[in-house]
Amino acid sequence: MAELYELTAADLAAKIASREVSAREVTEAFLARITVAEPSVHAFLTVTPELARAQADAIDTRLAAGESLGPLAGVPVALKDNLCTAGIETTCASQILRGFVPPYSATVAEKLQDSGVVLLGKTNLDEFAMGSSTENSGFFTTGNPWNPDRVPGGSSGGSAAAVAAGEAPLSLGSDTGGSIRQPAAFCGLVGIKPTYGRVSRYGLVAFASSLDQIGPFAHTVEDAALLLTAISGHDERDSTSVPRPVPDYVQALTGHVEGLRIGIPAEYFAEGISPEVRAAVMSAVGVLRGLGAVVDEVSLPYTDYALAAYYIVAPAEASSNLARYDGVRYGMRTARSSNHIELFERTREEGFGAEVKQRILTGTYALSHGYYDAFYLKAQKVRTLLQRDFAAAFERFDLLVTPTTPTTAFGIGEKSNDPLAMKLSDICTIPANMAGIPALSQCCGFDTDGLPVGMQLMGPAFSEETLLRAAHAYEAATDWHMRRPNL
Amino acid sequence: MALTPEDVRSVGSLARLALTDNETERFTHHLNGLLEQFARLQELDTEGVPPTSHAVPVAAALREDLVRPSLPREAVIAMGPQVDEDLGGFIVPQVLGE
Repeated sequence: MAELYELTAADLAAKIASREVSAREVTEAFLARITVAEPSVHAFLTVTPELARAQADAIDTRLAAGESLGPLAGVPVALKDNLCTAGIETTCASQILRGFVPPYSATVAEKLQDSGVVLLGKTNLDEFAMGSSTENSGFFTTGNPWNPDRVPGGSSGGSAAAVAAGEAPLSLGSDTGGSIRQPAAFCGLVGIKPTYGRVSRYGLVAFASSLDQIGPFAHTVEDAALLLTAISGHDERDSTSVPRPVPDYVQALTGHVEGLRIGIPAEYFAEGISPEVRAAVMSAVGVLRGLGAVVDEVSLPYTDYALAAYYIVAPAEASSNLARYDGVRYGMRTARSSNHIELFERTREEGFGAEVKQRILTGTYALSHGYYDAFYLKAQKVRTLLQRDFAAAFERFDLLVTPTTPTTAFGIGEKSNDPLAMKLSDICTIPANMAGIPALSQCCGFDTDGLPVGMQLMGPAFSEETLLRAAHAYEAATDWHMRRPNL
Repeated sequence: MALTPEDVRSVGSLARLALTDNETERFTHHLNGLLEQFARLQELDTEGVPPTSHAVPVAAALREDLVRPSLPREAVIAMGPQVDEDLGGFIVPQVLGE
C-alpha cells in the first residue's frame, strides 16, 4: 500500500473525511517525510510543526463532533515565503527581511485556513521571486527531487520541490513571468498561473504588481483544481481582483475534449527549444488529437518581443515596489550610517542580493527622466500587441499548447553566472503574464536523463475550466503523473 | 548609447542603493546587455497603439468611504529595527538641523 505522503490531496481528503485516517496522522506523515527529504531537497525556509499539529487536531475534533467540512479539510499545504502569514516569519528569501513576522495574513492564507487546510511551512524562492532556479535565494539553493544536482526551477522552486518530494501534497507559489509553471515543468507537477485578477494578491509581497498572480502546485489536475477553487475570488483588499463568481473547478473535469480547438504556435517551437522537449510536447498534442481535439498551427508574431518588454515592465514595477525596504519600518538596518541617506543606501546595499539590485537599477533607469517613453511606455505598447496576438489566436482556438520551458531542469551553477541565459528559460511563459491570460503546465514525459518535461496550455482570460478539462483528459490518458522521484 | 560606470552609480543613487566598485562594473556590463535587447523594441511600429494599463479589463474599484479598524500601533512598530515603544514610533537618524 502507498504511504500517506504519496497520496493525492483528493485521496487524503476523502480518507480524512471518512475518518479512515485522522488529519493528525496525515500531518505526522508529511512532517516525517520532511525530516527525511530536507537534507537533500532544502525546500523549506520555515517548518511549522506545532501549528500544523494544532490545526490537524482541531480538524479531527470538528470531524469527531460530526461537522461536515470542506473538500480540503485536514490536507497539508506549503506556502511560498512571499505570502504573508500572521505570526510566522516571512522573508521572501531575502536577508533584508530576515526575522520579519507579518502582523496579518495574505487573503489566500486566510482562505486556506478557513478551508481547514493544515500549514506545514514556508518554502524557498529566488529572492523577492526574481529568478528561475532558487539560486538567488538569500539563504540556500533548493535541489530538484528528480536529481539534486539540478535546479528545481524558480522562483517558486521550494514550493515545487516540496510537492515533488512528497513533503507536502499541495503548495502555493506566485508567477510573474513563469515562476509557477517553470518549476512545475522542472519538477514534473501541475502548476497554474490563473488569469490576472482571479486570485487576490493581498498579502503577496509585491514584485511586479501588473503581472503577479498566486497559483497552485499539485501532482494531479484534480488536486490543482481543488486548490484553485479554494483560493480564487474577489477581495476588496485587492482592487485588481475581479468580481466574478468562482466555479467549482473540479466540476470542469469531464474527461471530454472532443471538438476542442487546439492551436500550436510556431514561435514557441523555434530555435532554442531542445529536440527532446519538442518531441514530448508534440507527442502529447498527438494524444489530445487522439481524444478528439482538433489541432492546427497558428502564428503569434510578436512573441519574439515579449522577453525584452517583460524585462522593462517587471523591473520598473519592482524598483518602485522595493523602495519600501529602507531599514526604517521592518527588516534589517545597517550599522554603518551617520545620516538618513546612508541609512537607506547601506541598508539596501547590505540587505539585497545581486539579482535584486540589478533589477532595481534596470527599473530605476527605465523610469528615469527622459527614458520613460523609450522604455516603459514602449514596453506597455508592445504588451498591447502581445494581447492582440492572443486575441486573434483565440478567435480560432479554445487553447494553445506549447512547451513550458525550452529545456528540462539545468544544473545548479550552470547558468548562475550568465543572467541572460537564465532569463531565456522563461521565454515560453512570459507572454501569458504580459497578456494576463491563464496558463497551466503539466508533465508530458521524461528526457533521457530522467528529468520531467513540461507542456503549457494557455487560454483566454477566465478559461481556467477549459485548461483544466484538457489537462485532465490528457492526464487520464497517460501515466506520467504517477511517477515519483527516488530520494 | 552605452552606459558608463558613472551612469550606473548615479542610477544607484536615484534608487538609494550603494554599490561597490565591483558591483558597479558588473551591473554596467549587464545593463548594457539588456539595453541591446531593449533596442529591438524600437523596430516595432507602435504608432497609435495604446499602452496596456490593465491586462484584464476591470471597472473602477470603488468602495464606501467608511472608517474601519486598522492594525494597532504596537503591532505596526513591532517589526521595526529601532523603535521607541513608549512614544510608539520608529527611530531614524536626525533629518532636520544636521
